[in-house]
Amino acid sequence: MGRYLGRKILIYALTFFLAVTIDWMIPRFMPGDPVSIMIARIGTRPEAAAVLRGYFIKAFGLDVPLWQQYLNFWKALFQGDLGVSIWLYPQPVIKIIQRAIPYDLFILLPAILLSWFAGNQVGALAARARWLDNTILPLGYLLTATPYMWLAIVLAWSLGNVAGVFPIAGAYSFAVRPNLSLHFILDLLHHWFLPFLSLFLVMFGGWAIGMRNMIIYELESDYSRYLEALGIPHSLIRKYAFRNAMLPQITGLALQLGGIVAGAVATEVVFAYPGIGYIILNAVQNQDYFLLQGCFLFIIIGVLLANFMIDLVYVVVDPRTRLGMTGE
Amino acid sequence: MAQEQPKKVRSEFIYFAWRNVKLRIGVSVLLAFVLFSIIGPFLAKYDPLEYVGPAGAPPSREYWFGTTTFGQDVFSQFAHGTRSTLIVGLLGGSLGTLIGILVGLISGYRGGLLDEFLNMITNIILIIPTLAVLIIIAAYLSVRGILTESVFIGLTAWPWAARAIRAQTFSLRVREFVDLARMTGRSSLRIVLTEIAPNMMSYLLLVFILQFGGAVLNAATLDFIGLGPTKGMSLGLIMNNAVLWAALQLGMWWWLLPSGAAIAAIVGALYITNVGLDEIFNPKLREM
Amino acid sequence: MLQVENLTVYYKTIRGYVRALEGATFTIADGEIMGLAGESGCGKTTLGHSLIYLRPPMNYIGGRVVLDGQELPIWDMEKMQEFRYRHVSLIPQYAMNALNPTRKIGRMIAELLESRGMNYDEVLPELKRRLDLVQLSHDVLKMYPIELSGGMKQRTVMVVSTLLNPSLLIADEITSALDVSTQKAVCEMLVEFRDRGFVKSTIIITHDISILYQIADSILVMYAGQLSEKAPTETIFQDARHPYTRMLIGSLPKVGVRYQEERLLGIPGSPPQLLNPPEGCRFRDRCPVAFDRCTEVPPFREISPGHSVACWRAF
Repeated sequence: MGRYLGRKILIYALTFFLAVTIDWMIPRFMPGDPVSIMIARIGTRPEAAAVLRGYFIKAFGLDVPLWQQYLNFWKALFQGDLGVSIWLYPQPVIKIIQRAIPYDLFILLPAILLSWFAGNQVGALAARARWLDNTILPLGYLLTATPYMWLAIVLAWSLGNVAGVFPIAGAYSFAVRPNLSLHFILDLLHHWFLPFLSLFLVMFGGWAIGMRNMIIYELESDYSRYLEALGIPHSLIRKYAFRNAMLPQITGLALQLGGIVAGAVATEVVFAYPGIGYIILNAVQNQDYFLLQGCFLFIIIGVLLANFMIDLVYVVVDPRTRLGMTGE
Repeated sequence: MAQEQPKKVRSEFIYFAWRNVKLRIGVSVLLAFVLFSIIGPFLAKYDPLEYVGPAGAPPSREYWFGTTTFGQDVFSQFAHGTRSTLIVGLLGGSLGTLIGILVGLISGYRGGLLDEFLNMITNIILIIPTLAVLIIIAAYLSVRGILTESVFIGLTAWPWAARAIRAQTFSLRVREFVDLARMTGRSSLRIVLTEIAPNMMSYLLLVFILQFGGAVLNAATLDFIGLGPTKGMSLGLIMNNAVLWAALQLGMWWWLLPSGAAIAAIVGALYITNVGLDEIFNPKLREM
Repeated sequence: MLQVENLTVYYKTIRGYVRALEGATFTIADGEIMGLAGESGCGKTTLGHSLIYLRPPMNYIGGRVVLDGQELPIWDMEKMQEFRYRHVSLIPQYAMNALNPTRKIGRMIAELLESRGMNYDEVLPELKRRLDLVQLSHDVLKMYPIELSGGMKQRTVMVVSTLLNPSLLIADEITSALDVSTQKAVCEMLVEFRDRGFVKSTIIITHDISILYQIADSILVMYAGQLSEKAPTETIFQDARHPYTRMLIGSLPKVGVRYQEERLLGIPGSPPQLLNPPEGCRFRDRCPVAFDRCTEVPPFREISPGHSVACWRAF
């Protein structure tokens, strides 16, 4: 078990290192001078441009040798200094991100957990009867093939615009100020529902399909065949198959995190929901490099943490890892 | 007797291919879209970006998919966009598959330290969310074309393919005919090319289909955030503009819905084709 | 005691029925270990499995199976549940993978038994005695399958399969994946189970006749879905009447014989495909003594007590 986790931590450390390095490298090794590019895009008057140039050079740290820039970058990272946003100048990047993260967790955590559990149950159900399989399978594929942004648009348009049941923008009504009243909480939930549902549905499809395939695989395995020959009731066989099929679904969760990030970004854009995805959109539109960089790093950290937690869960659930028999 | 066998195998394959409903549906839908992407732009009467009609008009005889808030013809955008989305999917998917094949075959066949190293790289790239990297890169390039987008997508999507192909190579590597080839002193490269790869053809096809689908989805998301090609049209871009210009609030469904529906249909068709092909190649899954 | 009458089982494929088992008729007495031998694809696995788990693509076509005076409803998957494990049990070919990898063995056995309505604690003492018999430590119950060696897993499965003292035990190629010394141990265990009364009738399915020589009381030889010959082991080896059996025995290497003087005989040709098998005796294309009567299926007839053959030449 120690070996298994140790290897994982090593990979995560390397990944983090690589990601930060890529993040640092990209503006510096792109064709052209990053500072000039940024100033050209902002397109200001010459005097303002000169001031901006000075600011950017300091911010990028371009006035010191390359290796020192790199170390400074790491130093700043550990101090929690991710620079100052251009779009929302003079707010520090880290503050902007900190405000956005709770909203992300608010829609992502329930969506991921509920879709995983529900998807697994429904996927297992599909293996029980042909007619169930014929309905669940196409539904699952349809959902998982749907682009996140489009489902968000469909839900927003149908339930939000046409039916008028749900709001389609923001985390809470413009007229309301955040407080702990029931009114505010209800309003929050009201705005939360559609983005959550959109994420939930697409992910649900994926898990259902995955589980259905894994269960079929387990039901055809040697141990299942043996139990069938011994006349063991199907309920026990299904229970074993389900338990064993869950293992790859857990690792699958870790692998899906990249896609989930993309989905969250797309969904937040549609609903103007103030999570990191929405921040990214604005950063792109305003050429706010520092904000983008901060978002990138936060996403990486979040994904690595999630990966690690999933690995811990996996160690608990699969006895073979505890015995050091699974090399991964 | 030996001559009869190949013919039987091929006709058996076609027999199952024809009978498989999923394959029929998937391929038909795909063909329809490919055809549309070829002739669609000729059917489109206007340039996609030109302001030609009344602003925000619902579908009519003149403008089949209505117009945008600027009076652009949505159908023309849709026709051109489909073509560009399919091209990016094809190029990105192909690149991803190729790199995946390279890494997967080498890693799976050679094993040892090389495999450990490649595996580590694969895992690292797998963990890093594709979109995050693409955002950073694309944000820096002031001019982006279809080719650039395809290359980026291919460069970030290959780990999936590599993993799958590596696993397949592993299982094939220990088969007897490979041992035989090795004993006759064939070079590793020749063994991989002549013994292992042909037995994986069906599997490679499945991998490619999935990569194609993934590339289409990735491209759509990138375009949707505004990080797609700086010129030209794509289905994701249509949705980007629509959402940006309050099509949701204004209820302009003709602008919002078709592009995403097309993407869902294309990717869905790819997935269904994948399942159908899997059933054909894998006799155990065949329904009696 | 097992009585099989005219058991016929085909495989359904898109091209039609594969006639895998044609009219099998034989009897196994209590305490008898019968070996079921033949080439790959001769139908022995079909026969063995149809007695306990006849599932698609296997199709029941006809015949009767009577165990201890009671007819087994082998065509009815639901009704057979009652007989499985208690009266008819199986040691599968894939015994080494037959244990759920994510369950401790003791727990799995407990769940298994409870699901069949038995109390684990009541059975535990007997289970432990059986483990001792096959030289497995009681600690095995607290381990996961992955912690055991192949031989240990095999023995565990043997104990589990025979735990309820079935009347009929089907052992399917249980020695195929083992080294010679383990093969010996496993075979000896089977005999031990029979001697102690844990199992009444045993069918050992194998393509390795030499094993049968060691432990089987009688041997049933099959070819291309048809029964060729059944006789006590000694008779098969010394005085076989069916040409196929004789050639099989003749193709066995003998200890002490060097093959410069006597050539090791194989059987030229290959078995017919069973989609459209030839009429009559299916061995006739490879048989050195076939004649025109052989286009008619020879009945599986007893030519002396306990010795049955299906060959016109032998009558």
